[in-house]
Amino acid sequence: MYNAYSVNTLAYNVELCNGCAMCVVVCPHAVFEMNDRKAILVHPLACMECGACQLNCVTNAIEVESGVGCANAMIRAALLGKPEAECSCG
Amino acid sequence: MINLASITTQPIINRTTSQLSRGDHWDHFLARLGYKRSEHRVKPGLYAIGNPTPSSPVFVTANYTLSFDALRLNLAGLDGYILVLDTQGVNVWCAAGKKTFGTEEVVLRVIATQLKQVVTHRVLILPQLGAPGVAYQEVKKRTGFKVEYGPVRAADLPEYLKTHQATPSMRKVVFPLKDRLVLIPVDFVHLILPGLLVALVFYFFLGGLLPALAVIAVLLSAGILFPILLPWLPTHNFSTKGFFLGLLTSIPFALSAFFQHPDWTWYHRIGQAIGFLLAMPAVIAFITLNFTGSTTFTSKTGVRREMFAYLPAMAWIFVGGIILNLASVLIH
Repeated sequence: MYNAYSVNTLAYNVELCNGCAMCVVVCPHAVFEMNDRKAILVHPLACMECGACQLNCVTNAIEVESGVGCANAMIRAALLGKPEAECSCG
Repeated sequence: MINLASITTQPIINRTTSQLSRGDHWDHFLARLGYKRSEHRVKPGLYAIGNPTPSSPVFVTANYTLSFDALRLNLAGLDGYILVLDTQGVNVWCAAGKKTFGTEEVVLRVIATQLKQVVTHRVLILPQLGAPGVAYQEVKKRTGFKVEYGPVRAADLPEYLKTHQATPSMRKVVFPLKDRLVLIPVDFVHLILPGLLVALVFYFFLGGLLPALAVIAVLLSAGILFPILLPWLPTHNFSTKGFFLGLLTSIPFALSAFFQHPDWTWYHRIGQAIGFLLAMPAVIAFITLNFTGSTTFTSKTGVRREMFAYLPAMAWIFVGGIILNLASVLIH
């Protein structure tokens, strides 16, 4: 069965990790865990691409294309010809 | 020339309590209905709760009344300061996504409220869900304040403050039935008017009571049943979950359509029945795909993939169902 959520844009380079554990702190879906003073990816598919880990990673070890996972916003952006979907629920 | 450094003013500290007034409850009720969505605002700035001293903690929040009130309610019996950012009346998580709950606003608000003159420590406690908008290292560099990300939910704050360590469950966002239920009215109010209009059009011009009731059933199913049943509906994608629920919803209508005109030819009766089986699930699937933005876990990549995979099919199935249904009724 096709699962649209089986891929995402989260990319993590463990080589650059300084062990600060900030990604573990900010992630709302427990995607990272600490292991031997390095962060490791434990649930990469739970990532919702909020971008918190990337923004709070001082060594730029994490990259993710963040944005809103909202069909309504994307449909509106497509209809209005906007390049980027913005949530506008208020 | 004005020497800016020579202008000294006292920091303005507003007062607040952990008590919610009747007015606050009424405001929450309206916010939950989506009434004047972006006007449930608190004045940005610094607030004192309890009897804070210069060493009391500083909590940062959004200027949405539901965010501010959730925080102050859970600080009952504690002394501290609340730094309210100007997020234009949007809650913490959504504002962080838009970066209005963001590094710039934190820095600006710390300076504007002269927080350094109010407290002697240099720590800001932010809600964890503010992190998509805030780079802690930037805030530290530009204000001297260390950002500490507290728990996701304000309700966990009293426990968190004992050790300043969040347990894994305090860091996790969930989407329990209670949270899904409170979302129903705010989404449903957008469906009611257009839905009733379409139902009336069907009732008077296109086939009468049965299709009009089908429209109402679609609204109730997609708007109310779907959020409740979300975790138990099969498959991962919202479109297929919605289509499944839509099929179940449409079966009684297909059966009614088949049996209501025993005098019609069998292919007219089957045509109309299949029309319901196609059109109703397609519309429900479309509405439930739009529920992705209300959830706490869908990614942009996933939703985009889902849209590309299912939107064209939804459109074709819908058009096919409507044509079959109308053709059976009109040709007859």
